[in-house]
Amino acid sequence: MLETSVGKLRLERPGMVASGIMDETGQSMIRMLSSGAGAVVTKSIGSRPNPGHPNPTFTELKGGYINAMGLPNPGIELFGEEMAVAVKSGNIIGSIYGSSPEEFSTLAGKMEEYGAAAVELNLSCPHAKGYGIELGTDPAIVKAVVSAVKSSVSIPVWTKLTPNTHLIKNLASAVQEAGGDAVVAINTVKAMVISPQFGKPILSNKFGGLSGPAIRSIGVRAVFDIRTAVDIPIVGVGGISDWKDAAQYMMAGASAFQIGSAIGTKGIEVFENINRDLERFMKDYGYGSISDMVGVAHE
Amino acid sequence: MSDVVKVISITEEAYDTKTFEFQWDEKASPGQFIMVWVPGMEEIPMSLSKTNRIKSITVKKIGKDTERLHGLGLGDSIRIRGPYGNGFDLKKNKNMLIIGGGVGTAAVIPVIKETGADTIIGARTDKDVIMDDVAGQYAKNLWIATDDGSRGFHGNVVQLMREKIQEKRYDTVLACGPEIMQYYLYKACVELGTDCQLSLERHMKCGAGVCGCCVMDEMRVCRDGPVFTKEQISRMKDFGTSKRDEAGRIIKIR
Repeated sequence: MLETSVGKLRLERPGMVASGIMDETGQSMIRMLSSGAGAVVTKSIGSRPNPGHPNPTFTELKGGYINAMGLPNPGIELFGEEMAVAVKSGNIIGSIYGSSPEEFSTLAGKMEEYGAAAVELNLSCPHAKGYGIELGTDPAIVKAVVSAVKSSVSIPVWTKLTPNTHLIKNLASAVQEAGGDAVVAINTVKAMVISPQFGKPILSNKFGGLSGPAIRSIGVRAVFDIRTAVDIPIVGVGGISDWKDAAQYMMAGASAFQIGSAIGTKGIEVFENINRDLERFMKDYGYGSISDMVGVAHE
Repeated sequence: MSDVVKVISITEEAYDTKTFEFQWDEKASPGQFIMVWVPGMEEIPMSLSKTNRIKSITVKKIGKDTERLHGLGLGDSIRIRGPYGNGFDLKKNKNMLIIGGGVGTAAVIPVIKETGADTIIGARTDKDVIMDDVAGQYAKNLWIATDDGSRGFHGNVVQLMREKIQEKRYDTVLACGPEIMQYYLYKACVELGTDCQLSLERHMKCGAGVCGCCVMDEMRVCRDGPVFTKEQISRMKDFGTSKRDEAGRIIKIR
């Protein structure tokens, strides 16, 4: 009942672990797969090892978390060892970040070689200079990156978009025009938090990305808008912590969803709970499959 | 969850170690930790050395961040968040032996206060021994071990623990200290058939179980630990052998 697919990729369960959460090591990815997730998206991996920003990189706030990890990762060469451990256990989506179409292509090629079920292009991180949002708010650059990656790998190419724009429909159209296989929306919302007692920003990077319940309605709206602009599949992400949140994203047009912050607030049981509750809801309200729910809010 | 508190007392525990007290109403249990930050340093995890309404952290000067904390005076502000993680389980066993090594002693002080159990404190030399006065007030028996023999037992805490377990048949050992000490402590517990709970440490970023950078095998030190059971530790290949740096690269430690 919970099976779904994102283009060619079939998933036994519709929830995935969002990039950046419990996905830097092979063994933690295996643990998340066995907790009821249909797939795990890796931490965003770049060409070289990156320690990320110094702490403070994270804090809780009303309605969610703010973080500016700064894309810490061991680099694509060493990450091969983590992938080798994880891919035997299920679908691993390789998230990658680069500063040019060529760099994205090289990284995507490595992920394909490592056995990734798809790649997710991080064109939306709001807190790393020269990467993410700095490329991903220009439809022409998005199109160039997706085209380049599409011509260098045969696994599905997903593109994760930022909500920090008024052009999200144009960005999604650029992905579709470039032959992209799916759009993932949304990444975190650029934000900041200041300590009144110290009179200073708390994050070492000053700005970070807001996640959690505070951004769920922004994400649902973005997915709804994107559905009106493109026909390729959408993966919904942003503030999902229970079945109602997940159902909203699918009714707005997403074929699957991702969970990040709720792994912290609800624990890794969040996937099992949503799977159980979603199935109960679907039986109660006459939805025979996930695809029956996708986009119903547009009808 | 997060708060800015003011330092209400400072105690010199040793030439390089200070305890900072503050009032914080958040409920915390022995073995839990907080993330600590003031401008000019990187935020770091610290065990609570007092867990009542008045709480404290005990800071050994080992680098620029702990040096920044040592510069704090009475009335200065500290930003804290937490408390995080699972502390020691004090319900399971009756006949406990508590072991603190170096500055790790600070994390077991609340356990000694709550249980009054027999305790071993270890340090390199007499001048590195911390918090033996408060431990001595609460522990039924307190033994000190120093590597150079300048005070108490001449040797490490694991050697002394072996003697005490053979003498008194403890059901379980509760410990915090350097990983290499805890590695040999764990091996001794396996050999002697004694249960144990160990408080472990890894480089942390979020502290809240989200980012996954402090994992040992698949366990998050910040959320699934920092106190782990003997059974959990028996399944950790990383324990005593490797850790990960800020970029997630593996570094061998033994």
